[in-house]
Amino acid sequence: MKTLGNFLLNLLKENPVFGLYLGICSTLAITTNLDNAIGMGVSVLIVLTISNIMISSIRKITPDEIRIPVYIIVIATLTKAIELLIKAFAPTIDAALGVYLPLIVVNCIILGRAEAYASKNNIWKSTLDGLNMGLAYTLSLAAMSIIRQILADGVLSLNNPFNSTLIFEINIIPAEYRIAIFKEPIGAFLTFAFLAAGVAAIQNATAKKAEVK
Amino acid sequence: MAGLITLFISNVVISNVVLTKFLGMCPLLGVSRKSSSAVGMGLAVIFVIVGASIFTWTLYYTVLVPLNLQYMDLITFILVIAAFVQFVEMFLKKYSPALYKALGIYLPLITTNCVVLFVTLDNIIQGFDFVHMLVYSTAVPTGFMLVLYIFSTIRERLDQSNIPNAFKGNPIALIVAALMAAIFTSFAGLV
Repeated sequence: MKTLGNFLLNLLKENPVFGLYLGICSTLAITTNLDNAIGMGVSVLIVLTISNIMISSIRKITPDEIRIPVYIIVIATLTKAIELLIKAFAPTIDAALGVYLPLIVVNCIILGRAEAYASKNNIWKSTLDGLNMGLAYTLSLAAMSIIRQILADGVLSLNNPFNSTLIFEINIIPAEYRIAIFKEPIGAFLTFAFLAAGVAAIQNATAKKAEVK
Repeated sequence: MAGLITLFISNVVISNVVLTKFLGMCPLLGVSRKSSSAVGMGLAVIFVIVGASIFTWTLYYTVLVPLNLQYMDLITFILVIAAFVQFVEMFLKKYSPALYKALGIYLPLITTNCVVLFVTLDNIIQGFDFVHMLVYSTAVPTGFMLVLYIFSTIRERLDQSNIPNAFKGNPIALIVAALMAAIFTSFAGLV
C-alpha cells in the first residue's frame, strides 16, 4: 500500500509530462481519444524500457564523447522496430498515430532518461526506471485523452487495437452539450494548461507543507 | 507556380507546424522568453531544415530506394540530421565566429527539435519532387519562426502581469498558445 502511495505521489511530483514538460509534442497531438493515447503510451513504454536496458548494459564500453549518437542510434532502431510491428499487427493505431510514431525518436523523455539515468545505473534499476517513467507517461496521456474525448465526443470508449472490436463504451454527455473545440488544437492546449496548472498547484501545496514542518 | 505559392502560404500560416501539428513545443516553451533569442533560434532552424531536407531527400532517392532499404529511413535521417548539425556548428565556428556567437547555443538543441525530423520524413511521405520539397522545407520552419517570435513578444509582456500562482511559467504560456491556435485556424479561408 505504501509503495502504491509513493508511486502516486511520484506520479504527481515528478510527472514527466505535466511537471517536467518532456515529450509534449505527441501528448498534445494524439490525445483526441483513449485508443490513441494507450497506443502511443504503450509504444513509448516499450521503447523506453528496452532502450534503458540496452544503454545501461553498454554504459561501460561507450566512449563519453560519442554517447549521444550511440543513444540516438539505439533509440531509432527500437522505434523503427516498434513502428513496423504496429504497422503489421495494429494497422488502426498506425493510421491514427501517423507520423507521430516515428517521431518517438525525438521524444525527449527517452533520450532524457538514457542520459540522466540509464547511463549511470545498473540494468535492473534502469529497467524499473523505464517502466516507471513509461507508465507515468501512459497515464498522463490517458488522463488528457479522457478529458478531451468526454468533452468533445460525449462518450468514453476503448477499442481492441489488434482487431478493432469495441471493449467498452459509455455515453456521458448528451449530443447537444458537447464541446467540439476540444478535438481541435485549441482544446489540446487548454486541457494541457489546466492539467499542468493543477499539478503545479499540488506541488506548491506539498512544498508549503514541508516548509511548515 | 501558383501551386508552389499556395503550398508555401498554407504551411506558414494555415497548417502551422507548431499550432496545428504541435511540433517544436520544447523550444517554444524553452527559448521563447526573449524575442532576440527567438529570432536566432528561428533562423538556425530554417537553415538546418533546408540543408537536412536536401541531404535526406537526395539520399533517400539515390541510395535507399535503388537498394530497397526504405525501412532504414528513420535511422539514416536522424544520423544525417545529427551529423549535419554538428558539421554546421564546426563550420560556423571556424569561418564565421560572429554568426556562431549568435546561433551557437541553439545549434545543439536543434538535433532534438522534432520539426527537423518531421519535415525530412514528411518530404518522403508526401512524395514531393525536388522543387516542392525545397518550398515545403522553407515554409514549415518559417511558420515555426513566425509563431516563436509572436509568442516571445507576448511572453515578455506576460512577465509583467499578475498571474495566479499555479499558472506561472508554462501553463499560462500554453493558454496563450491556445488563443494563438484559435486565431491561426481562422486563416483557413485564405487559400
